[in-house]
Amino acid sequence: MRPVRRFVVLAFLLVCCAVIGAEPARLPAEQMAKAVRSDSISIPTPGELFAALEKPGKPNWVGQMRGPVGTNYKNRAQIALNLGSLIADGFIAVEAKDSQQVKNIGTDIIKLAKALGVSENVLSRGNSINEFAENNEWDALQEELEATQNEVKSSMQSHRDQDLIILVSVGGWIRGTQVVSAAVMQNYDERAAKVLRQPALVNFIQSKLSEVSPDVRNEPLIKEVTGQLPGIEKLVAFPAGKAPSADEVKKVNEAVGKIMGQIQAKEEAP
Amino acid sequence: MKTSMLCRAGALRAGGSIFVAIGLTLATAFATPESDTEVAARKAALDLAGAFSNEGFKMRDGHWSGTIKPKDHALIAVNLYAGNQYWFSVGATDPAKKISVNVYDETGKLVQTESYSEGEKAAAGFSPTSSGQYYVMVDLVEGNESSVCLVYSYK
Repeated sequence: MRPVRRFVVLAFLLVCCAVIGAEPARLPAEQMAKAVRSDSISIPTPGELFAALEKPGKPNWVGQMRGPVGTNYKNRAQIALNLGSLIADGFIAVEAKDSQQVKNIGTDIIKLAKALGVSENVLSRGNSINEFAENNEWDALQEELEATQNEVKSSMQSHRDQDLIILVSVGGWIRGTQVVSAAVMQNYDERAAKVLRQPALVNFIQSKLSEVSPDVRNEPLIKEVTGQLPGIEKLVAFPAGKAPSADEVKKVNEAVGKIMGQIQAKEEAP
Repeated sequence: MKTSMLCRAGALRAGGSIFVAIGLTLATAFATPESDTEVAARKAALDLAGAFSNEGFKMRDGHWSGTIKPKDHALIAVNLYAGNQYWFSVGATDPAKKISVNVYDETGKLVQTESYSEGEKAAAGFSPTSSGQYYVMVDLVEGNESSVCLVYSYK
């Protein structure tokens, strides 16, 4: 083969290799920034979080249950946050297969929902939760809890209480993260610890909270929660694919535990 | 995850998923009035996702609906957990003829997925190795402007 022809063939082969080996074009950052983000699809449910936590091994769900929370709050924002956290508790009780606890939590969810004036459709969910709990129908219970949360939010939307919708999601995410980080601390496993990485989610929650009306945004509790989220975003921003250390998990647990304490704190008597 | 299971798309016959489907439908009905095509697109997406219930996937009670134009796409951000398996199911209505679903990671890199496509329905499934934000891209490959709906399932 002549040198020139050999060079042409070699160049052709090199181009072919480059084309075959080339990575497909990436999405530009501007396009990703404009992606649709919404409460109903961009914020995972506690069920998704707990399903991922269970993969390396079943955690001690019973040990993650907490005592009854207050159901007589006066502040609507606080009620919404607690409602979200109670729904997360419902998922924990289902994972623990504790039917009595599911019924107790179902009753509390309905009490808080009533306090917010949600529709009758939501209230009837309480009966379904009781019925499924009586019959130990755990899969149906998980779905019923998700449906209850969704219906509470829809009812809020139709009552022009949009500001409260994100608070229900925030309450659920904080309680879910508290439970997951506590479970990982009890029995550290890198695979389980990886579920705590969610910086974009915390960032989205912050952007949604910045859109709520000034009345709600200026509530002392909401200011407290909002003020602590940038710190939590940093705490859950581990490098992709890398599991946080046991110490990093502890820091996440302390940070969300502090917020959870404020959310469930009883109002001081006048 | 087996794509073949989609052939059994008996849609929502898996007991518990009925509750999610009803809840989802009711919830949306309360939120905003929907057009017939939006309802039909959601039904198509739920039909497809229902097939995954037979494999133990739970349908997430939430969805995204919108319209999509020819050669156009919709990009939806989702937050996923390492360890879980996911299927993203999309339904559209006539005059859409063919749609596709792709998933990208937080750096914008295309993720390898199992895929299913049958005219106005398409799905993509994968198991993330890293928790965080992902992007689901829905493309209208053939046909005209149509309503589309995205739902997802996990296990």
